Amino acid sequence: MTQRQLICIGCPMGCQLTATMENGAVTAVAGNTCKRGDSYARKECVAPVRTVTGTVRCTGGTAPVVSVRTAGEVPKEKVFSVAHALNTTLVKLPVSAGDVVIADVCGTGVDVVATKNAK
Amino acid sequence: MKQVQLAIIGGGPAGLAAAIAARENGVEDILIIERDKELGGILNQCIHAGFGLHTFGQELTGPEYASRFIEQVEQMHIPYLLRTMVLDLSPERVLTVTGPETGLAQIRAQAVILAMGCRERPRGALNIPGYRPAGIYSAGTAQRLVNMEGFMPGKNVVILGSGDIGLIMARRMTLEGARVHAVAEVLPYSGGLKRNIVQCLEDFDIPLYLSTTVVDIHGRERLEGVTLAQVDEKRKPIPGTERYIPCDTLLLSVGLLPENELSSAAGVKLSGITGGPEVTDRLATSLPGVFACGNVLHVHDLVDFVSQEAKKAGRNAALYLKCSRNSAELVRLEGKNGVRYTVPQYIDPESMDDTVTVRFRVGQPYRDAALCAWVDGTLLRRISKRILTPGEMEQFPLRREELPAGCRNITFTVEEVAK
Repeated sequence: MTQRQLICIGCPMGCQLTATMENGAVTAVAGNTCKRGDSYARKECVAPVRTVTGTVRCTGGTAPVVSVRTAGEVPKEKVFSVAHALNTTLVKLPVSAGDVVIADVCGTGVDVVATKNAK
Repeated sequence: MKQVQLAIIGGGPAGLAAAIAARENGVEDILIIERDKELGGILNQCIHAGFGLHTFGQELTGPEYASRFIEQVEQMHIPYLLRTMVLDLSPERVLTVTGPETGLAQIRAQAVILAMGCRERPRGALNIPGYRPAGIYSAGTAQRLVNMEGFMPGKNVVILGSGDIGLIMARRMTLEGARVHAVAEVLPYSGGLKRNIVQCLEDFDIPLYLSTTVVDIHGRERLEGVTLAQVDEKRKPIPGTERYIPCDTLLLSVGLLPENELSSAAGVKLSGITGGPEVTDRLATSLPGVFACGNVLHVHDLVDFVSQEAKKAGRNAALYLKCSRNSAELVRLEGKNGVRYTVPQYIDPESMDDTVTVRFRVGQPYRDAALCAWVDGTLLRRISKRILTPGEMEQFPLRREELPAGCRNITFTVEEVAK
């Protein structure tokens, strides 16, 4: 049995949560004021995910970079690899918001899409 | 002289939503004047997600949120000028502008909406000693350089101020390969969202030092390091707590100031607390026919509320253009005992909407407290709050039916139920 401390991100209260883990599963959450804290701790301890946003360098137009995002959430431990993928990709302009810039980034099954029109 | 019915100064989220609402309410002749090369304002550089949860029920990035409004402006064929700067606004609502399409020109407007947004508090406002080497940026400037121009300002970074822009930039610089050594916050708490503290700092093991500030800047040509020190409750540095951190970049995220040079030169009455115009429940300033909304009025934390407020300004400007009526006796709204200010500062009980949302910030964090509204010294209503923090704008809906006839003053306070 292990315990993990986290801060709930559900609202400005920022409750100090203690999650009790057994064999990789959360068995109890303490310290939360509402049920959002409970579900946050259960998700964050077992399979934390993040949306990654950033920019990708452009060629063939006037915009030096275009802003992008992962179309969905990716596992937290992949955040740096996704960022690295963004920083080593070159995209040819023009690009429209929603265009896939990198398909299935880092094997996450999630696409990176442009968030802005650029030319 | 060119004439327009409604001139909107600023094409960011406030100006866009105001224009759309004005058109929806029948104003045909609108002109948005924007100084940047595109519409959208600061949203264009806020490429992180988290915008629009209240409005669209999803977490959009800044450019995505802006594009929803820009597309509507385009579909409605609302005219706008880009790269065009308003140099002056006269009390008679004559705008002096300069831009590639207009040259130096004057435009007479029947109504004006101020939507110029805000600016970052600069280093000069902080009295940090030391040289003025390269490498010191406001967080928003760095954000624009990284996210729009594709430049990295440096590799080893210290951030002063833990508001949301500072936190967002800590993550952004880290993902771009820089090392963020510390975020220092002079207050004993962060003004940023908990979500940003966790996802922008803790995720990357970036330390947040509370009650800490920069007391010295080192380096002549380029920044070489900063000295941090802890501060006491009066924000005075405590001798002996200094620590030197080598770095080539210092980002300042130390507050936003509504940008009201135009308003103040035109004679619009400003609030000493918000830095924005004093307005009525119709978002009318002290100058007839001039309305204000968004961060030029008071600094918001959520763009959704900017859009809501701007819609209201657009609607009321349209109403003013149809029939300008002189306001009757206005009721003064004030913040006291922990409530720093209110927006609006006045309401007209005769013409007010059924519900007017009064917005304000508290001066310090409170737990288990209540927001109270008092009419001429009598308690009107109390709203319990589990938590109040200066970083989160509070709202108090004021209903027309609950206001007694002939009331003169409404005061908002924080009441601490238990400490």
